[in-house]
Amino acid sequence: MKDNKKLKEQILRSSGVNVLKCMRCGKCSATCPSYDEMEYHPHQFVNMIDNGEIEPLLKSKSIYKCLTCFACVERCPRNVKPAYLVEAVRLAVIREKGENHLHPDDIPELLDEDLPQQAIVTAFRKYAK
Amino acid sequence: MQKIGVFVCHCGTNIAATVDVQKVAQTLKNEPGVVFSTDYQYMCSESGQDIIKNAIAEYKLTGVVICSCSPRMHEATFRRAAEKAGLNPYMVEIANIREQCSWIHKEMQTATEKAVILGRAAIAKVHLNAPLTAGESPVTKRALVIGGGIAGIQTALDIADAGFNVDIVEKKPTIGGKMAQIDKTFPTLDCAACILTPKMVDCAQNDKINIYAYSEVEDISGFVGNFSVKIRKKARYVDETKCTGCGLCTEKCPQKNVPNEFNLGFDNRRAIYIPFAQAVPKKATIDPDYCTMLKTGKCGVCSKLCTAGAIDYKQKDQIIEEKYGAIIVATGFEPIKVDKYDEFAYSQSKDVVTSLELERLMNAAGPTKGTLLRPSDGTHPHTIVFVQCVGSRCEDEKGKPYCSKVCCMYTAKHAMLIREKYPDTEVYVFYIDVRTPGKNFDEFYRRAVEQYGVHYIKGMVGKVMPRADGKLEVRASDLLLGKQLHIDADMVVLAVAIEPDKTARPLATMLTASMDTNDFFTEAHPKLRPVESPTAGIFLSGMCQGPKDIPETVAQASAAAAKAIGLLCKDKLTCNPCVAHSDEMMCNGCSLCANVCPYGAITYVDKEFRMPNRTTAIRRVSSVNPAVCQGCGACTVACPSGAMDLSGFSNRQIMSEVDAICK
Repeated sequence: MKDNKKLKEQILRSSGVNVLKCMRCGKCSATCPSYDEMEYHPHQFVNMIDNGEIEPLLKSKSIYKCLTCFACVERCPRNVKPAYLVEAVRLAVIREKGENHLHPDDIPELLDEDLPQQAIVTAFRKYAK
Repeated sequence: MQKIGVFVCHCGTNIAATVDVQKVAQTLKNEPGVVFSTDYQYMCSESGQDIIKNAIAEYKLTGVVICSCSPRMHEATFRRAAEKAGLNPYMVEIANIREQCSWIHKEMQTATEKAVILGRAAIAKVHLNAPLTAGESPVTKRALVIGGGIAGIQTALDIADAGFNVDIVEKKPTIGGKMAQIDKTFPTLDCAACILTPKMVDCAQNDKINIYAYSEVEDISGFVGNFSVKIRKKARYVDETKCTGCGLCTEKCPQKNVPNEFNLGFDNRRAIYIPFAQAVPKKATIDPDYCTMLKTGKCGVCSKLCTAGAIDYKQKDQIIEEKYGAIIVATGFEPIKVDKYDEFAYSQSKDVVTSLELERLMNAAGPTKGTLLRPSDGTHPHTIVFVQCVGSRCEDEKGKPYCSKVCCMYTAKHAMLIREKYPDTEVYVFYIDVRTPGKNFDEFYRRAVEQYGVHYIKGMVGKVMPRADGKLEVRASDLLLGKQLHIDADMVVLAVAIEPDKTARPLATMLTASMDTNDFFTEAHPKLRPVESPTAGIFLSGMCQGPKDIPETVAQASAAAAKAIGLLCKDKLTCNPCVAHSDEMMCNGCSLCANVCPYGAITYVDKEFRMPNRTTAIRRVSSVNPAVCQGCGACTVACPSGAMDLSGFSNRQIMSEVDAICK
């Protein structure tokens, strides 16, 4: 539990999200294009991280199914930014592993030049294994 | 030398739990001029006041210092007590050792030290206090109601009932406001027009009420009991005294393509129009933006038709000046603009409507004569999705942070009415919370679910996509089932947040009445003075103070009327003697004080002064109107030559307080 608290703090800090702002409206999940692919949905990320239930998220494939399209960030009426949390959980997994398996030199050929910057960084972490 | 009495209040444990009150009383006894010092559990109680009165008599006190709560709370109480004992009420000073001391400190030692210092400052001030006498000002026995919606109407009727004259200023050509546009009212489902229009007629027929429709407040000056208001009566281009409201002109005017604002643009009206059949006053108005005659000088159809000869193309705006004792603000609300919410496709599809638009689409007097049809193709909708909290409870820049309060109930009403009239229509309501506090409100909402089979779904709509086949694809979450829903809807209704009317902010500036960050008028006390503005003589009625439904609005309107009547009943008002005055010998005529004065109390006069060697000179000096001055002290701070001073808060008094604190 103590570890969990530390992990929660780390995720909140690295995402910069205040989960307490959420009013449980579910607009983030209503708008998520990867909804059917995901075991845990954007609103559940907010709720579960708030409750300290982070282990299931770390193990879930959902974190790799998020497209980082930011629709949830755009539509959230409370400025909660669920996609930032998904990203922070991904980051936590990578940090646990302690290394990146994808070398920066490999990235250019994998890239589509229309990709936004954030998606490139995300892809780097997502496919880093 | 003053003979000062010090009275330290325990305020139960509010002060005594953190401040050693006995020690404060003992320490302050040693201050110069203090001849009596004591402490008591509740100074404001009758026995507490008796202690003060007895001490004034026994020790022949010339000044009183009370260490207690904020002067906003009980200064008037203690001044009255002192006056009863024969002391000038302005010889009483309050040291605030509750809000500014005991409530914010935790340690007894520091709190006690601070209480002593605050007491010492008050004593230092009393030494320089001089008796002040309050003047009196007369009260104009006439009230002004700004806004002619249900709030303004109710307030005006109640004030007129008490026998006072009332003027209603309404910017639209008719009174009635938003309620006139509403179809049915919750939770009883009676028709809005059936309960509103009789009240509108009452206003028109009451000889104490004068309606300035199609008029706006242009300027307000003066103060409580003596407001002077300029009202701009906009040109209708129709002589109101002649127009009979027959409506012939509104049928024959050749300019047919003017969006009808009363039906929120769903149909068109003519350039000369009467907003709706029950309008009060029922007089035609020419819209100068569309009238061909006014724009090009060629037409004149209405003028030829009008048997009463009421059309007057040369009519000009009229400025009316009137004096009032009280002003009641009832400026109401507007739904916010939802164009910025791209995800709901409001600007892309005609079938996405706001709730107020739905009211018109369901109203028997509306563009569809009460048959609910899709605005895009006029077909009957079979699936309707309601979205709650659109722009309400939003932290983003597009919305409002507050709950708009009325949406849950009117959506339940809409859903119920649709299911009743068209049982083949499926109705979905997406909610975050259903908020139904109020008499018979939750029962009403439950009826929508249990009796009418409205589908209430906990979750929010994320996106509305208009499709080529005319359907609206709604993507939403069902949080209880843990599903993302895809619904093909025929219509989407947005429960849009409400915001104060745009005219409220400039009006607040004219009234020097305070507003909150959302442009709602602030009340003098959120619990105990909810219908008064902190600015004396200004009262608040209806939505201009915060979101509320019709029953609450009417209750507040009557409350505001009662407060205004209380003021109008008085023949004279006691003025505040703590007002600014200028030392003419020191004034250099720079005008800084006049520029900073928020009340317009300072004017400049040319005055003859005796100069050395028996000569005279004319100098420009400032002069304060004590009846208008509110004693805010802005001028005393601005004055570079130190000529401005405030009675009761003179520069010397303030400095001696500072010295006492820094000692």
